[in-house]
Amino acid sequence: MSSLAPMAETIGNPTLNISIFAIFVLFTLTIVIKVAGGKKTAGQMYTGGASFSGKQNGIAIAGDYLSAASFLGIAGAIALQGYDGFLYSIGFLVAWLVALLLVAELMRNTGRFTMADVLSYRLRQRPVRVAAATSVLAVSFFYLLAQMAGAGGLVSLLLGVSGAAAQNIVIAIVGAVMIAYVMIGGMKGTTWVQIIKAILLIAATAIMTVWVLAKFGLNLSSLMQSAVDTNPAAGEKLLEPGLKYGKNTTTKIDFISLSLALVLGTAGLPHVLQRFYTVPTSKQARKSVEWAIWLIGGFYLLTLVIGYGAGALVGPEKIANAPGKANSAAPQLAFELGGSPLLGIVSGIAFATILAVVAGLTITTSATVAHDLYNQVIKRGKASPEQEVKVARYAALVGGIIAILGGMLAKDQNIAFLVALAFAVAASANLPTILYSLFWKRFNTRGALWSMYGGLISAIGLIIFSPVVSGKPVDPLTGKSPSMLQNVDFHLFPLDNPGLVSIPLGFLLGYIGTVTSKEFNRAKYAEMEVRSLTGHGVAEAIEH
Amino acid sequence: MSEPATNLGERYIAVQESEEFADLRRTFRGFVFPVTAFFLSWYFLYVLLSIFAPGFMGTKVVGNITIGLIFGLLQFVSTFAITFLYARWANRSFDPKADAVGAMMDGRDDHDFADSGDWAPGDVDRALEAERLDDADRRRNP
Repeated sequence: MSSLAPMAETIGNPTLNISIFAIFVLFTLTIVIKVAGGKKTAGQMYTGGASFSGKQNGIAIAGDYLSAASFLGIAGAIALQGYDGFLYSIGFLVAWLVALLLVAELMRNTGRFTMADVLSYRLRQRPVRVAAATSVLAVSFFYLLAQMAGAGGLVSLLLGVSGAAAQNIVIAIVGAVMIAYVMIGGMKGTTWVQIIKAILLIAATAIMTVWVLAKFGLNLSSLMQSAVDTNPAAGEKLLEPGLKYGKNTTTKIDFISLSLALVLGTAGLPHVLQRFYTVPTSKQARKSVEWAIWLIGGFYLLTLVIGYGAGALVGPEKIANAPGKANSAAPQLAFELGGSPLLGIVSGIAFATILAVVAGLTITTSATVAHDLYNQVIKRGKASPEQEVKVARYAALVGGIIAILGGMLAKDQNIAFLVALAFAVAASANLPTILYSLFWKRFNTRGALWSMYGGLISAIGLIIFSPVVSGKPVDPLTGKSPSMLQNVDFHLFPLDNPGLVSIPLGFLLGYIGTVTSKEFNRAKYAEMEVRSLTGHGVAEAIEH
Repeated sequence: MSEPATNLGERYIAVQESEEFADLRRTFRGFVFPVTAFFLSWYFLYVLLSIFAPGFMGTKVVGNITIGLIFGLLQFVSTFAITFLYARWANRSFDPKADAVGAMMDGRDDHDFADSGDWAPGDVDRALEAERLDDADRRRNP
């Protein structure tokens, strides 16, 4: 099998890859059009009318969360860095317990369309909504960038287009299809795309896992031995932590920072929170998260095998030298196992993954722009539903175009890593306010604003002045610096991930802001707390 | 429209100050806070061991299966176990209490009707529907 792949610019059969992807797009677009049906209210646009069951939503959450970063990024990280890649997936999974225990049900009980609904519930509406919307847009932008970067890398790998123009055309096509999903199907259409994608992704990964294990006599230990033998540079280090993060004290602290961001970020991701509004009750929200945890956890167990499998069967050089680098590990493994057909299927699914996740992000941003900024802030809640839906559609269009442009700029970044930055911003800017708002009686507007702006500005500021953006030494293998910008160095902050500083800062500023302000809305506090725990009045939030 | 809304607001305060609600809050926090503290400590123990004791984590137990891998897999096991236990606890212990307190919100009218003895079937439904509409109205124009 491996003789089939002299490392050319492309692997597999581009026509076949494109055909499989086209079939998926046609199939899902048909479904989207079928479920869309007629004119949409704001509720249908943002939450599919809160009509999904917990199980459906749980699968859709898995489809939303198992992004290109999980599938391509983690598999690649395990292939190249062994154990340290596995650490990512554990953080991504454990984080769901924060959502399950502290956030999902209470959010469902107190919100309707957006994260800001909950945060502004007992605080001053307009300033809090503006702050929340700013933070939602920032987090979603980072996340979007990560997904589109994945699309760019995948395109070069599968179509052998290293030319920027051809690559950009494909990214534009992906973006256009995504805009179509959102504008035609709203949240209902998007949810079904995510459900279908989740099932395909998990099934394909399960098949590849069994296939890889079968090659090693169903023995994980001998698979790992083979990965060690194929990678003499890393050797046994693949089996223990530290290959990537154990180099020196800075990388070690960076890893703690990353872990903190991963475990606290999920429950602050706006597009994840948005999914809790697609079910009618908090019990269904609980069930959603239960399903999501089983599926996501199961999937990450599979990526362990996929990652070591790619390390063993494809080998580190081929992965590192392919267009898309680490992100190409899983598709290359598919080619190694099943030749062009399996590669076509896996890359079709990878494209679908990007499409589904980006569609979910676009819905979230359009809901934020139309519901929070346009209706609640600019029109003071007086906009007609038709106006709001119209703005939501335009916002989806603009969001889609930004995603396309971002994808064209963000090629070749490791996407698991970019996603980690989105998690850091979410954990710093959103989570403190969400938790304070749900659990702290005294919490008030100043606390919310300080926490959100403080967390957001510190997280993004630290990223800008981190080695991620500038100043990493040039890698002798590629002749380029792994930083985003070449030939400049203005980094001041030593860590790649800002979480260790910005997350505690977000919590601290929320605390200081709160205790220095006397504002307290007794009635709204009672209403919010009673509703959050009992679900009282939640039925009213459902569109009839 | 403002009259029933005010009543509703007062009822929220009354329920929030009730013994039953305090008990509900205690029940909820008594479960989720300790469990959160546990899984976060357990996760960071794992992270710190990975970063500061890679040698220990790299110790092979069987074949190439290291202590680190087992530790990592135990994170999966604990996450699944907590999910299972929380769902079971919430369905069995929390939901009935929450529903009872929720019924206090809706049911004060209920009790008033029942006490006065002159309620007709449908009164409660009508009151609930009115409250729902008021509430929806109020949310549209906060």
